[in-house]
Formats: sequence, structure tokens, C-alpha cells
Amino acid sequence: MLSAHWDEKDSFTIQAYKRHGGYTASAKALAMDPDAVIQLVKDSGLRGRGGAGFPTGMKWGFIPQGDNKDHYLVVNADESEPGTCKDTPLLMANPHVLIEGCIIAAHAIRAKHAFIYIRGEVTHVVRRMNQAIEDAYAAGYLGNGVELVLHVGAGAYICGEETALLDSLEGFRGQPRLRPPFPAIAGLYARPTVVNNVESIASVPAIVANGAEWYQSMGTEKSKGTTLYSLSGHVVNPGQFEAPLGITLREILELSGGMRKGHKLKFWTPGGSSTPLFTDEHLDVPLDYEGVAGAGSMLGTKALQIFDETTCVVRAVLRWTEFYKHESCGKCTPCREGTWWLVQILRDLEDGKGSEADLAKLLDLCDNIMGRSFCALGDGATSPITSSIKYFRDEYIAHVTNGACPFDPIASTLFEGVDA
Amino acid sequence: MAYTEDQLAVMEAIIARYPRKRSAIMPLLHYSQSITGYINNEGIEIISELLELENAEVTAVSTFYTQYKNQPVGEYHVGVCTNTLCAVMGGDAIFAGLKEHLGVENDGVTADGKVSLEHIECNAACDYAPVVMANWEFYDNQTVQSAKDLVDSMRSGNPKPPTRGPNKLVTWKEASAVLAGVNDGLANEGVQAGEPTLLGLKLSKEGK
Repeated sequence: MLSAHWDEKDSFTIQAYKRHGGYTASAKALAMDPDAVIQLVKDSGLRGRGGAGFPTGMKWGFIPQGDNKDHYLVVNADESEPGTCKDTPLLMANPHVLIEGCIIAAHAIRAKHAFIYIRGEVTHVVRRMNQAIEDAYAAGYLGNGVELVLHVGAGAYICGEETALLDSLEGFRGQPRLRPPFPAIAGLYARPTVVNNVESIASVPAIVANGAEWYQSMGTEKSKGTTLYSLSGHVVNPGQFEAPLGITLREILELSGGMRKGHKLKFWTPGGSSTPLFTDEHLDVPLDYEGVAGAGSMLGTKALQIFDETTCVVRAVLRWTEFYKHESCGKCTPCREGTWWLVQILRDLEDGKGSEADLAKLLDLCDNIMGRSFCALGDGATSPITSSIKYFRDEYIAHVTNGACPFDPIASTLFEGVDA
Repeated sequence: MAYTEDQLAVMEAIIARYPRKRSAIMPLLHYSQSITGYINNEGIEIISELLELENAEVTAVSTFYTQYKNQPVGEYHVGVCTNTLCAVMGGDAIFAGLKEHLGVENDGVTADGKVSLEHIECNAACDYAPVVMANWEFYDNQTVQSAKDLVDSMRSGNPKPPTRGPNKLVTWKEASAVLAGVNDGLANEGVQAGEPTLLGLKLSKEGK
């Protein structure tokens, strides 16, 4: 549904979008009562695609109505979770579907202003998105009841956290706020605000056009509709796969050509680096919200990062941990100090200078970060560490007994065996 | 160098996009980089004045975000993704290769001012790994050699075009203006999607 016309060369233009019925769903929604639009999205079963899976319609329903305050819609396009690469190609190929989704959502929650907060490191996507907004204004879709502004970030992963995003959008350093109050009550400028992921909002026009039942007919019992799975790593064909929720990695690999030749799956993330690692034991886990949670991880952003047996799991986890340390905003002690110490210990382990006692220390540190940090960044930082020790303790120990990393990093590159 | 009347008018227009003017601080910082290439004292002072803030408040914001630079970068700022997936697939080798080839360390600039180098975090293109960015445009599926060829093309004044971006690589200052919301007229150039983006769609059309 989302990716249907991406293969047309001009898919990002307003002409192409209208050629396929674009901006008819917003016309239909604007003729409806806002509460009926919220009900329709509730009935569809659409859940947030940014990671947490909260029902989108219910989130909209939390906005107090008739309170005579300004309401705001904010779209989170700050896609930065390692492995996550779905919103960026979506916006490059079809920015108008997000604009139409914004028009519908703003009408539903009675907001006159909407913002798209996009990460700053994607110049061409910013160009396309701003051109699309300009074209939508010129065509009268924007500016008649809703104003839409593209706000460009500047390289801070933490701004993907919704309250840090709001602080950033207000013109401050991007640091998370204490909740409650939740954004639905006191969000942007302390006004009722809905913050939704790009894919969630981009899914709305099709739901309005085709109805809740149509959407409900896809997916699993509690995870409705289709979604974008992003396959990357040691596979023959990496890429974006739109499929009904509940597909398994085994099915995706079979469809797409499998692992790179002569290699086998070692570990993978179901939804970005903040979701606990899976191994080849988990090939048949249904990739919906409940299925992945039931197997001890999270569906997250459906960023399937695939690593084969040439990859050192300690190196992989060290690198993610360095990322969390770098991106920690510094507001709370467990995350700021904890991620720093995690990096020191993991570096020693990867260099073969660690000891078995370091594993206990890592787990103890994780225990003091998980659930004790101000926001989910700290929690996420512990996921790769605790899950990798759970499944690959022997490999950590091998670094200790070997006195060095037992892997050859060249073997895991794509140009292995090629004179690069 | 003082800001011109035209530049100040652009800044006022940026402020006018927002219900509250402090929200304009980030696009104004991007715009300031499009004029001076990095955030200098003059830029901080002008933004403070326009937004009725203290210099320290604007500095606090500019130093929080890694895309705002406190010293000049190259005309072409090259970022190599060394987050786990790209690093494993070849990003580490590419970054090491470019450091050696250019004779600079992380955050270094070549003596001719043409190229600066930085290792960056995940840039949302993992299906095109290993990824190199230049002025935040995509160079997908790189190798050590292709990355060296890319920086050589920059130093000779004729940079290779991005794989998913306009037909010609714009300069750091020009890209900063785009991030501030200035329309450079290039939105319709370049592909709508690369092959990995279309893989699922292709499979479904094949009836899979």
C-alpha cells in the first residue's frame, strides 16, 4: 500500500500522487466529523510504527476537545535508530502521502498547525519534502485550515524521543521531559499535541480511502495492516519489504534470496539496535508486536539487521554501545555515566584485555541503567549487551581466553575476497 | 562580514514560519552555516538579537547538535557511517582508507580546504550499506576504492554526483541553505528510489 507506486520515476511529484487518487482521502476526511475520523482510525487497528506500537486512533482520542486551546500535530521523521531505514526512502519516493496524512490527522485532532521534524542529515529528502509542501500549498491542500512546517534537526538521535523532540522543536537542547504530563495534555508549547511516526501518518490516507475493514483484513489478530520491514546486512538482497504484520524472518529471507552465499545467520535485530538480539532460533517468530515481545524482544521499527557467522558479536555490541554513549543527552546519571562505563568494559573485552568478571559487571551496570534512566535511550543501550551475553557468552569468554578478538573483520565486509 | 539585507530578510521569513519565534533557532543556525560555513560569534549574536535571547542560550543549542560546526569544514564534508552494520560491512575499512588517503584524522580538513572527514552514526540507509555521505547526500554501496575516487573527484573540483540525490553535488554552504528551508530548485533531480527500496515491490509484482 505504502510502496505501491515507488517504482514510477516521478513518484515524488504531486502529479504522480494525484494520478493514483492522491488527496481524495483528505477531501473525504475533511467532510467528516473529526470524531468520526478518530473512530475510523481506531477501528482500523492501526498501531504506531515508530516502535512502541501504541494504537494511533486512541492516541488521537486523548486530545481534549472543546478546550479552546491550540492543538498541534507533530510527525516524528527523525529516523535515527541504528538499522532503521524505512521513513527516509518513503519520504524520498512519496512525500505527498505524508502531507495528506497530516491534513487528515490535523483535522481529526482539531489542530491548525502541524510540524514534520525530520533528521538533518538527509539533504535531498529535505529538498523533496519542502518542494512537496510548497506544491501542496500552491494546490490549496495546505493553508486552508492547516499550516505545515518542515523542521530540520541537526544530528541528535535523542530527538527521536518524543519529548526531547518537542524541546528541540521549541528551540532548546533536545533533552527528554518527565512524563506525565504526556504530550496529549501538555506537548508542544505546553498545548495538547499528538506525536506520530511517519509511517503511522502515511498509513492514514489509505485507511480513510478504503475503510477500516479493509485494513483490518490484513495482519494478525492484534497487529493489523501492512508495514515496512527493512532488511539489511549479510543478505543477498537487502531492501524494503512491505508485508502484512506477522510475517517471519524465514519467509522474508526465502522471498528475498536468503543469506549471502556460503554463509549462515548468526544474530539479528528485529527492530533496531535497541531491541534485544535474536538468533537463528527465532527465524519463525511472527514479526508482529505480540509475537516479538513473546520471544523476549520488541518489534521496534522492524529494522532487520542480519549478521552472519563472520561477525564478532562483541565488536557489534561495542559499536552500538559507543553510539548510545555518544548520543546520551547527559540529562540523567544512569545513562550518561553508565553508557560511558559500558564502553570502557566492552572495549577491553573486544581487545582481549577483559576478564570473565567483566561480564557480571556489565550485567550489573545494565541492571542499574534499565528502568532507572530518564527515557528509553538508556533502556535501549542495555538491550544488545544483555541479549548478546545471554546467547553468546562463550564468545565473550573466547575473547578473554584468546587474549584477542578471534575474528577477522575483513571476512565480514562486503568486499571480502575482492581487491577493494 | 556583516549579513546583508537579503540574508536578514530570509532569516525573518524563517522566524515567521513558527507560532513562537524561539522555534526558529535550528533553521537559523543551519542558515548561518550557509553563509559562514560554520557557527561563529557573529552568527550567534545575530540569531540572539533576532530571537531576543542571550548569546549563551543560542550557544547552548548550537553546541548540543553535532551538525553545527564550531570551525570550518571542507567545501565537501564527507561522513562515513561506522555504526555497527555499516562498520561491519566495510565502513571501518572505508574510514581507515580515507584517513590514510587524505592524511587527516576524524574531524580533519585537507590543506586545500576541499574535503573534511567525519565518522558518522546510522544514516537511515542500511539497505545500501556501506554508506558514505557528502554534505548529507547519499553515496550508497561504497567500497574503499570508490570512496577514495569520490574524494579525489572532490579535490579536482568535479565531484561525482550522489547516488540518490541531485545531478550534481552541492557545496557544504549550499546544502546548509537547503536544510534551513531554502528551495534550490533541485528537488526533482535524481532517482525516486534506489533498487533496494524497490525490492519488496518488485517481488510482489512477480507474484511472490
